[in-house]
Amino acid sequence: MSYLKPALKHPGLPKNALGFTRRDYEGSISTLCAGCGHDSISAAIIQAVWELGIEPHRVAKVSGIGCSSKTPDYFLSSSHGFNSVHGRMPSVLTGANLANRDLIYLGVSGDGDSASIGIGQFAHLMRRGVNMSYIVENNGVYGLTKGQFSATSDKGSKAKKGAINNDEAIDLVAMALQLGATYVGRSFSGDKDQLVPLIKGALAHQGVALIDCISPCVAFNNHEGSTKSYDYVREHNESVNKLDVILGRAPITTQYQPGEVTEVTQHDGSVLRLRKLHDDYDPTDRVAAMNYLARHKAMGEIVTGLLFVDPEPEDMHAGLGTVATPLNQLGDDILVPGSAALEKLNAALR
Amino acid sequence: MKPTDISAPSYFHKVVDCQWACPAHTPVPEYIRLISAGRYTDAYMVNWESNVFPGILGRTCDRPCEPACRRGRVEEEPVAICRLKRVAADNKDDVLARLTPIPTQKNGKRIACIGAGPASLTVARDLAPLGYEVHVYDAEAKGGGFMWSQIPRFRLPESVIDEEVGYVTNRGGVTTHYNTRIDSLKGMLAEGYDAVFVGCGAPRGRDLDVPGRKEAAANIHLGIEWLASVSFEHVTSIGKRVIVLGGGNTAMDCCRSARRLGGESVSVVVRSGFEEMKASPWEKEDAMHEGIPILNFLVPKEVLHEAGRLTGMIFEKVKAEYDARGRRQLVPSGEPDVTIPCDDVLVAIGQENAFPWIERDIGLEFDRWGLPKLNEATLQSTVPNVFFGGDAAFGPKNIIWAVAHGHDAAISIDKFCQGQDVADRPDPLVKMASQKMGIHEWSYDNDVSIDLRFKVPHADPAESLRSIKAEVELGYDRELAFKEAQRCLNCDVQTVFTTSLCIECDACVDICPTDSITFTDNAEEDALRVALKAPAINKHQDLYVADGLKTGRVMVKDEDVCLHCGLCAERCPTGAWDMQKFFLQTAKTTNGVPACASR
Repeated sequence: MSYLKPALKHPGLPKNALGFTRRDYEGSISTLCAGCGHDSISAAIIQAVWELGIEPHRVAKVSGIGCSSKTPDYFLSSSHGFNSVHGRMPSVLTGANLANRDLIYLGVSGDGDSASIGIGQFAHLMRRGVNMSYIVENNGVYGLTKGQFSATSDKGSKAKKGAINNDEAIDLVAMALQLGATYVGRSFSGDKDQLVPLIKGALAHQGVALIDCISPCVAFNNHEGSTKSYDYVREHNESVNKLDVILGRAPITTQYQPGEVTEVTQHDGSVLRLRKLHDDYDPTDRVAAMNYLARHKAMGEIVTGLLFVDPEPEDMHAGLGTVATPLNQLGDDILVPGSAALEKLNAALR
Repeated sequence: MKPTDISAPSYFHKVVDCQWACPAHTPVPEYIRLISAGRYTDAYMVNWESNVFPGILGRTCDRPCEPACRRGRVEEEPVAICRLKRVAADNKDDVLARLTPIPTQKNGKRIACIGAGPASLTVARDLAPLGYEVHVYDAEAKGGGFMWSQIPRFRLPESVIDEEVGYVTNRGGVTTHYNTRIDSLKGMLAEGYDAVFVGCGAPRGRDLDVPGRKEAAANIHLGIEWLASVSFEHVTSIGKRVIVLGGGNTAMDCCRSARRLGGESVSVVVRSGFEEMKASPWEKEDAMHEGIPILNFLVPKEVLHEAGRLTGMIFEKVKAEYDARGRRQLVPSGEPDVTIPCDDVLVAIGQENAFPWIERDIGLEFDRWGLPKLNEATLQSTVPNVFFGGDAAFGPKNIIWAVAHGHDAAISIDKFCQGQDVADRPDPLVKMASQKMGIHEWSYDNDVSIDLRFKVPHADPAESLRSIKAEVELGYDRELAFKEAQRCLNCDVQTVFTTSLCIECDACVDICPTDSITFTDNAEEDALRVALKAPAINKHQDLYVADGLKTGRVMVKDEDVCLHCGLCAERCPTGAWDMQKFFLQTAKTTNGVPACASR
């Protein structure tokens, strides 16, 4: 078994604006099962961060526990990282974000970590609007404990050994929409053409962004009867739009018919250009999105794409009125203003 | 694109760039792995089977394999294939017992080989084990031909030549007739040989034609003749100031020999630019390393002499100009002529084939360049029982080409003598074997070394310039050889894809360190080449295309810079990728079965 990926690379590999190749954004070699969808998501994250030309040290990757939460070791080895407690990625990340809002936060979690043990944390992070990208690597099973149904397994789906799931599935996308997330997408690890732009858009988004990424578990959930297998997802995938993320003044190279394209300019100036695949889909209408999702779920479709975006999101800091400068850049005199300031504060609360 | 037919032997053979580029198609990665494993004798035998002279070639080969080496496309330099071959020869045990046995029962056919160079000796090596009685004729006192007479001893010790020539000539079945010059092919044919092989080389050096050449003749020597005189120790000294004319490997041997025989100020003068010189880059380097300047864009104009003694040469300075079709012309640069004083001049400006000993009335036809008319595949001349090979066939090439010709001619001679169709060529021997030993475990070492090429240790220059016989290159020791061998990418361990097993999970695409794998919609080759994960711009390298995937896409693998690291197969959950060792041995009469009876 190989523990090191050869350092030799394709001589024609392109470089981004910083002079880095995609391979400079890699991490150590994956120890997940061969063929795990999570590895494709790691590759998509690498591609997205490289394409955006983000300096690796500006990213903080935070995860919980599980197969998915191991993956931050496999990408962005020069970024900050915190592998936290099971289901507690949201609170650790929220704390980090409060202390330093200049970093780009990437939360990586799984269906167990987010929809079971961490569902409370998930819900509160969404409603607070922490400026971050929350990627759920959703395979519908507890892979590390050998394939029990997770909270996102669809009712009626079959386990590898034949057991049928009787419990209703938690739909994290529906929850996020309901809880006020400002950028919500769903994708599939086997479709990088869709996933990479979705991650780019999320990283550029200045509010809470959720990507629910279906990621087949090759070891325990890639069989007939599973609703999270490569074959099932490919068959039932209904993509509502095709996203291009445009930074700066990139030239528009493709001509579209009027009405075919929706452009959403985000707060940071990035443009989300959405090519419609379904005529009646408006990704800026939260209520319509929720209805659409519920309707199509009932039809047995897995709706993917950028499902909702609020181009002018408010994040947690706006609500709290916190200082714009990261705490580590403030002097002791400001961070510890002294007893006089404490007195004044106490007096204000009496 | 059409799906790739990987069952055609040439497909994976092309992926093994070194083996494909080698005229004798030596299975290079196979013997390099054996060197890594310390199995020097086995490595030697893989070579001997294929190229007959591993010890000689490991020091002198033109190494067409190295510019082709895939390693050179992913880092700075190729694997030192040639010098690893020498390691096998230097460290082997006694191989006599392992050489193809020579039967005592002869088949009644007699073959004459004219010239005892690499081509003839290869023919003898291949035919003797089948029971042929081979007679080798040479005008010199020993076998080896050009390898003995032209290559200086400081590059190739006599003991190495004697050993490897001996493996051909001293084991029975081959009778040598040294000190025997053949003056008539007609006479040779009259002796009743069943076939005659002409491997007499390209024995005439091209001469210089400028004013003063005749007057100063005593100190102007033809390079190859002078080198032979040095080899035979007829010449043991040269003037202090020497000019060597010519830019090929013979010129490099001349100037370095001159340095060792008393030449203190030796310079090489070439008409062309330095870059276009025919000499191998490493031979130019070795010469310059010994303090020999190479002066370029100088065309000989006149030989200066005083009272019958050479005093110097005048050269015209030229520059290269290219016409609309990209053809180069050397035109006067207008700069003043250059005069170089000297005591001796060595002329190494090329060689010509000459066959004054072949009668023109025996039906053997020549082309307008004076070369015999031959069938390129069979090397048969217009006289059916006369075959050619080596430099005598298509003009001056090199040892490894001579060996390749020898193998082909031996097959032809065998078929001819057995009454078979000479044009019907035997197929190569091809084997494919999975290297999978367990889950994520391979029977080859798939770690990719990131070491840069290791330099071959050289003798101290001051020491080596003192003697014409002191070998300059010392060869790798075992430790260095191991490290250099580890640089080999094992390009013969092929990535083999089975569409029906693929679930299109992208694991191979994500892990591939050189972005060689893409799943995409099919298109014509030109469109596909630019649509891959990393564009496949090297058109000399094939795309491996497989169709029949569930999504209707195709798997496209660009062979160009694949490291053969096996990570695609390690990360494949279904075994759709497998690493399989491809072994190809070109057909030879010595494969165990006579070529004519092999199918």
